[in-house]
Amino acid sequence: MKARTFMMQGNQAVAEGAIDAGCRFFAGYPITPSSEIAEYLSGRLPEVGGRFMQMEDEIAAMGAVIGASLGGMKSMTATSGPGFSLKQENIGFASMTEVPVVIVNVMRGGPSTGLPTMPSQADVMQARWGTHGDHPIIVLAPGGVREAYDLTVQAFNMSEEYRVPVILLLDEIVGHVHEKVTLPAPDELVIIDRKKPTVPPEEYLPYVADETLVPPMANFGEGYRYHVTGLVHDETGFPTNVTEEIEAQLMRLNTKLDRYEDEIIQFEETLTEDAKIGVVAYGSTARSARSALLRARDEDISAGMIRLQTIWPFPTDRIREFARQVSHIVVPELNLGQIAHEVEHAARGEAEVVRINRISGEPIHPDEILAAIKEYW
Amino acid sequence: MDYSQYLRNDKLPYIWCAGCGDRIVLKAILRAIHDLGLEKDEIAMVAGIGCSGRTAGYVDFNTLHTTHGRAITFATGLKMARPDMTVIVVSGDGDATAIGGNHLIHAARRNIDITVLVYNNHIYGMTGGQVSPTTPMGDFATTAPYGNLENTFDISGLTIAAGASFVARSAVADIKYLSNLIGQAISKKGFSLVEVMTPCYIAYGRMNEKGSAAQMILDQREEAVDVEEAKSMSPEDLQDRIVVGVLADRELPEYIATYDRVISQAQQR
Ligand SMILES: Cc1ncc(C[n+]2csc(CCOP(=O)(O)OP(=O)(O)O)c2C)c(N)n1
Repeated sequence: MKARTFMMQGNQAVAEGAIDAGCRFFAGYPITPSSEIAEYLSGRLPEVGGRFMQMEDEIAAMGAVIGASLGGMKSMTATSGPGFSLKQENIGFASMTEVPVVIVNVMRGGPSTGLPTMPSQADVMQARWGTHGDHPIIVLAPGGVREAYDLTVQAFNMSEEYRVPVILLLDEIVGHVHEKVTLPAPDELVIIDRKKPTVPPEEYLPYVADETLVPPMANFGEGYRYHVTGLVHDETGFPTNVTEEIEAQLMRLNTKLDRYEDEIIQFEETLTEDAKIGVVAYGSTARSARSALLRARDEDISAGMIRLQTIWPFPTDRIREFARQVSHIVVPELNLGQIAHEVEHAARGEAEVVRINRISGEPIHPDEILAAIKEYW
Repeated sequence: MDYSQYLRNDKLPYIWCAGCGDRIVLKAILRAIHDLGLEKDEIAMVAGIGCSGRTAGYVDFNTLHTTHGRAITFATGLKMARPDMTVIVVSGDGDATAIGGNHLIHAARRNIDITVLVYNNHIYGMTGGQVSPTTPMGDFATTAPYGNLENTFDISGLTIAAGASFVARSAVADIKYLSNLIGQAISKKGFSLVEVMTPCYIAYGRMNEKGSAAQMILDQREEAVDVEEAKSMSPEDLQDRIVVGVLADRELPEYIATYDRVISQAQQR
């Protein structure tokens, strides 16, 4: 197979990435600015033997993708703010039961129906903490069309490898911008599939993990009859009220990603080596920031940027280091400081965090970021 | 027949209260599965939240205990991934028609080949007796201290109107009759539902002076009237009766089969 060159938008790149990652089931409910993903996959999935469903609402879509994944099909759903709110209970179910699924949220401004057609990055915290209870989650935020493809493939790989729901956070600009992209030949991709049990069915304990902390997963219908429940369960998968068992399972669940942070956490650094003033940005806002940064360099200002591709788990260690190197960290984002807060927490006073926030539906112009860089230079 | 071959015997005793009809429904399900000769590996039981949903924990199948009201959505996804499996949903009246009502009618409309068993006990059992969409008007519940003010859903009627292939109703009093209907529902291609009238003595019966648990079961047997016989009865005569039997059995396009044709079409392009 050959590499393929197209003009396409971010939402379509997500759909293509899903197909190439092995996604064979999609369930969704239409909502701007994510609908192109569903529209595209409704045509594309049957071509590769997969299935698409438009459900009655986002709650149903989330339930359906979990059910399909348990049946052995890699599955994805896509939505925007209000629908993302509706999915939260079942995202928690996937987290608790460790069923791999990918959830795309092409963000809009909120609260409520909010700003359907305008860019926003206001679901950073909802992506981390939207469902109730302490739980593991991975959140990736692409900054362009090709990266939307790559991170979608990675989202599937991570969800399969760690048995965790992975959320792709796009903003409307990344979802809708058209760019010329060259996609790799599908057979060049590294594709990870869930680890299956190697023991015979009568010995299978669905929630016993080895040192990887990720238990092997049997699909329904493959001879391993077991119980899956959203209640806190023991190693056998059945509900438990025994505090030691609760503690053991919930602590494994909540710490299982820690040892993989080096693989999960990804960011791109631009001119950080000698930077004296820093920028931390993600999604389309990082495109404005990059332009500001390059212009600052033209004026001999040593600015450098860390662009987050993984938002959760947050790259606390790297940001801390960066904070020791620079005097200020400018954090532009299309919300009222959801990541800035996290940067402040990581910096622990080593650098001053300068917030540039907007929730009016307008993107942040490079001039504004440049002005901030200059002000604190 | 030996029921224990289908049970996770180490999970007994049941959490269900003494006198709960849910135990009888479980027995009827196992008998139907036995009579159909289904393999345990082929069966998935998908459960909602409630006393009814706890059925899934006791059966030695592939079992999935989901979120309140959403069992049908999980079952839909599972069936799409594994059309070869027999997918059975167990749900309560609140689970299936209050919080999950929308999923019920849409799954019926799509006519996807799953079987839904609704345990209709007229009350929220698990949470201790709050009013449900099937609590008769005027009856008491912990959240209806002045009597229920609202009309009830006819679960079977709703499902027929929504487009299901097969709908039946039974009380738990006659286990052979019930298990036969469940067997027919499972065998039917398309969306099938059996509404099982099952008494909840603890959370509903006591509050409404329905007599003992055994009395409630016997009363339901008295109230039951066959659907054929009911056809010649007046609406007044049918008040307080339970119309039982196969209420709808029709040949309609099934969703997965239709989708399979879409796949072959798309792959020929
Ligand atoms: C989202 C959500 N809301 C509420 C509950 C609490 N809850 C658990 S079971 C139940 C009602 C069960 O009643 P029903 O569906 O009639 O089933 P039964 O217990 O009578 O079999 C409720 C409200 C819950 N678990 N999840």
